[in-house]
Amino acid sequence: MSVRTLEVDGRTITAMADQTIFSAAWDNGIRIPRLCHLGGLPDAAACRLCLVEIEGQKRLQSACTTKVAEDMVVRTDTPALQAHRKLIIELLFAERNHVCSVCVVNGACELQTLAAELGVDHIRMKPQYPKLPVDVSHHRFGIDHNRCILCTRCVRVCDSVEGAHTWDVAGRGRNSLIISDLGEPWGESASCTSCGKCVQVCPTGALFSKGKTVAEMRKDRSFLQYIVTAREKRLWIAERKPR
Amino acid sequence: MTADGLRQSREAELDRQSRLKNRIACCSVAGCLAGGGDAVRAALAEEVKAQGASAEIEVCGTGCMGLCSRGPLVRSSAGEITYAEVKPGDAAAVVRSDLDSLNGRILRQSDPFFAGQRRLILANSGKVDPEKIAGYIAQGGYQSLLRATSEMTPEEIVAEVKKSKLRGRGGAGYPAGLKWELVARHPSATKYVICNADEGDPGAFMNRSVLEGDPHRVLEGMAIAGRAVGAQQGYIYARGESPLAIERIRTAIDQAQREGLLGGRVFDSDFHFRIDLRIGAGAYVCGEETALIASIEGKRGQPVLRPPYPPESGLWGHPTLINNVETFANIPQIIENGGDWFAGIGAPASPGTKIFAVAGRIRNSGLVEVPIGTSLRTILFEIGGGVPEGYEFKAAQTGGPAGGCIPAQYLDVPMDYDSLTGIGTMMGSGGLIVMDTSSCMVDVARFFMEFCMDESCGKCIPCRAGTVQMNEILGRMTSGEGKEADFAMLEALSGLLVEASLCGLGRAAPNPVLSTLRHFRSEYDAHVRERRCPAGSCRMGASA
Amino acid sequence: MNPTAPDLNIPASDEREKLLERAMARHHNSGDALIEILHTAQQLYGYLSRPLLSKMARRLNLPPSHVLGVATFYHLFRFEPPKKHSAIVCLGTACYASGAGQLLAAAQQSASEGEWTLTTGRCVGSCGLAPIAICDGIPLARVKPGDLAAVLGGKHDG
Repeated sequence: MSVRTLEVDGRTITAMADQTIFSAAWDNGIRIPRLCHLGGLPDAAACRLCLVEIEGQKRLQSACTTKVAEDMVVRTDTPALQAHRKLIIELLFAERNHVCSVCVVNGACELQTLAAELGVDHIRMKPQYPKLPVDVSHHRFGIDHNRCILCTRCVRVCDSVEGAHTWDVAGRGRNSLIISDLGEPWGESASCTSCGKCVQVCPTGALFSKGKTVAEMRKDRSFLQYIVTAREKRLWIAERKPR
Repeated sequence: MTADGLRQSREAELDRQSRLKNRIACCSVAGCLAGGGDAVRAALAEEVKAQGASAEIEVCGTGCMGLCSRGPLVRSSAGEITYAEVKPGDAAAVVRSDLDSLNGRILRQSDPFFAGQRRLILANSGKVDPEKIAGYIAQGGYQSLLRATSEMTPEEIVAEVKKSKLRGRGGAGYPAGLKWELVARHPSATKYVICNADEGDPGAFMNRSVLEGDPHRVLEGMAIAGRAVGAQQGYIYARGESPLAIERIRTAIDQAQREGLLGGRVFDSDFHFRIDLRIGAGAYVCGEETALIASIEGKRGQPVLRPPYPPESGLWGHPTLINNVETFANIPQIIENGGDWFAGIGAPASPGTKIFAVAGRIRNSGLVEVPIGTSLRTILFEIGGGVPEGYEFKAAQTGGPAGGCIPAQYLDVPMDYDSLTGIGTMMGSGGLIVMDTSSCMVDVARFFMEFCMDESCGKCIPCRAGTVQMNEILGRMTSGEGKEADFAMLEALSGLLVEASLCGLGRAAPNPVLSTLRHFRSEYDAHVRERRCPAGSCRMGASA
Repeated sequence: MNPTAPDLNIPASDEREKLLERAMARHHNSGDALIEILHTAQQLYGYLSRPLLSKMARRLNLPPSHVLGVATFYHLFRFEPPKKHSAIVCLGTACYASGAGQLLAAAQQSASEGEWTLTTGRCVGSCGLAPIAICDGIPLARVKPGDLAAVLGGKHDG
């Protein structure tokens, strides 16, 4: 595999030709914000947080789906990009109910962390706060749609990694909702294998393990790298973080 | 069918028509049918029968004759007269050509509404019955497909379309020839041709009328495209909301297949081409080409990131040519008369004619076909007859929810792709909604934003949540609760949607807001700072 | 004519099943044809019930959540039995500019519960006759709020 040299935020870095800007930047310690991308899952390019400026291109490009190229000049952190990201985070906070103080992942939530990093300390928009259901019919897990940001990581991991396709998105626009099977309670889903992968990849407290109280839930995604790359790399022992 | 068969079929129909004393063609597309056109046609047929004139007078249906606001329209070939606002009780007078009793409802081709137009795509309207293939063939239909399959190589067809400088009529105006060339040059053995008939702009009904009024023209254009790019399968993706168009396409496909004009070995050549119909189910976003492809594949109509573009990887991953109805409808005449002929019509950089659906606050509303580059003033005031008495023209909205408005000071702007982009709007698919002094521009912006919010697919955050907040702000402004800070937020959100949305729907959603802010800022100020609506027509009403 | 009006010629139940099976077979039970088949099912049954969706998922070898996800994406599909009558108020631009907002408000106030399924449409293609409403497939051109209210409030069988 050939190597490409490019410039990201003023630094010259090298990357494999089939790498995306996101992963090349990540390998070099440049963290581009994102909520829908997760290594090991197919990409949706939906959250638009990882948009970057590429010299010579009129439009912003999503770093998670754009491959590196020789002599590419990328900027990931301009004031304009930061302003867009702040606005996106604000839109999410206004869209559904994300009160951190009563959330199981308080302190380990990707949305919360990003908001802090980007300096989003208040919301300038009218909160919509639709009253959405909380489904705790599953014996081990629950889903609180009020905390869902519709990143579809759960849908993608269930389909492409677990192979069950229990989850999908119903409705459209602001009425989109994650559903299991034909919309029956999760606990009654015939296709769910109760593997819990969706819970672990969920960036917020929307999908959670039962029995955790506020700020107790921590998510472990090491399984993804293990499943997706272990066979290829002949790594038969997963490196799991202690729980 | 063979070349001889086509000629014979044409001559037979022309001969039949020449032996008629009169052909009474009743508009049979949605607009006039909604006004009672069916009953009028039945009454006319009954009257002809009662007079025992069935052998010499034919009563038939036909495509949109344009002046929808005065429908139902009926055209009589004897004397080339069109009657407006015909009621079943007028049947005897129409059949007898009793002009006196139809006084005031007689339209002639020399009237400004007709004389100001140049009808090429709508040439068959008033002449051809959309439910009969013979009528289309009699007007020279399928001759171009014959040429394309027997006299021209695929390369020559593409070259002719490139020479014509035809630009896609779906809105963006991408040169059709370049798109065709991309697909034609692709080495893949499997390719598709898709006709985008998912015309969803509220207030736009050009494509629908073309399909309802002259469906074979579109089929012929698609088949020529199939021959040019090397595809054997075409799809028409039609709106589920247009049942009549769906019925007409179905009938036309069946007829063309039965006559051997579609299917295997067209005109005894090695060219095979099938067309199937796919019906949408109520999603505006499916007009976006990647969403449309997803929908044909049986999925949620959500756009996917481009590139790759459809000419490279489209339907089921194969190279796919997508053009809209009006683009395909232009093809037969380009093959018939040559690319140079076409390039000489209209504006040099965007040749040909364009159909506009003119509606709103205007006297003559309906379908108007003019050379591209005709001024807005000509369309609205000469052809359209101006705004109703007692009001003044304020703006025309083009491009639907993705477009913008044209204020009075730009009335002389030529209606072509580049000029419209230059003044902050776009050609779009051809909807032209007229606003007068009684229309509130902030409310117009709110109307389109609400539309985009309802039609957002929900995949990307800027569009899904951004349209909700923009709608919220505009709703506040039109109910007298706007705040000064709303302006900054409206602009910030517009910037986000334009730059960060995944697909064209989100990127274009702020356009009506940006355009009304640009031209009618004072109306916004009146709403927010003075708590009054100058037009007195939004939710705030006329109260000060 | 009107895609959202209930099909009054609903065939008997086993006949419907046969027709649906035939439609699926015509598309080789391919998941690509899901939307076509949903259209057929809705035409036959009037709406898409859960057992119907489940059956289609099984026959087309599609995950149930995918089937529901696709069906709910499109606004023409219904998941409740349609009421006896249906009315569509067009909210296309031309109709909106001609007062369709007031028309809709009047319709919402007067439509008798349980009798009318009231929906809005985005341009029915008759802009010259704006504002327009379609009641049980019959277009009412240049209709006034009061007249529409009378139709919706006063229409009963027999």
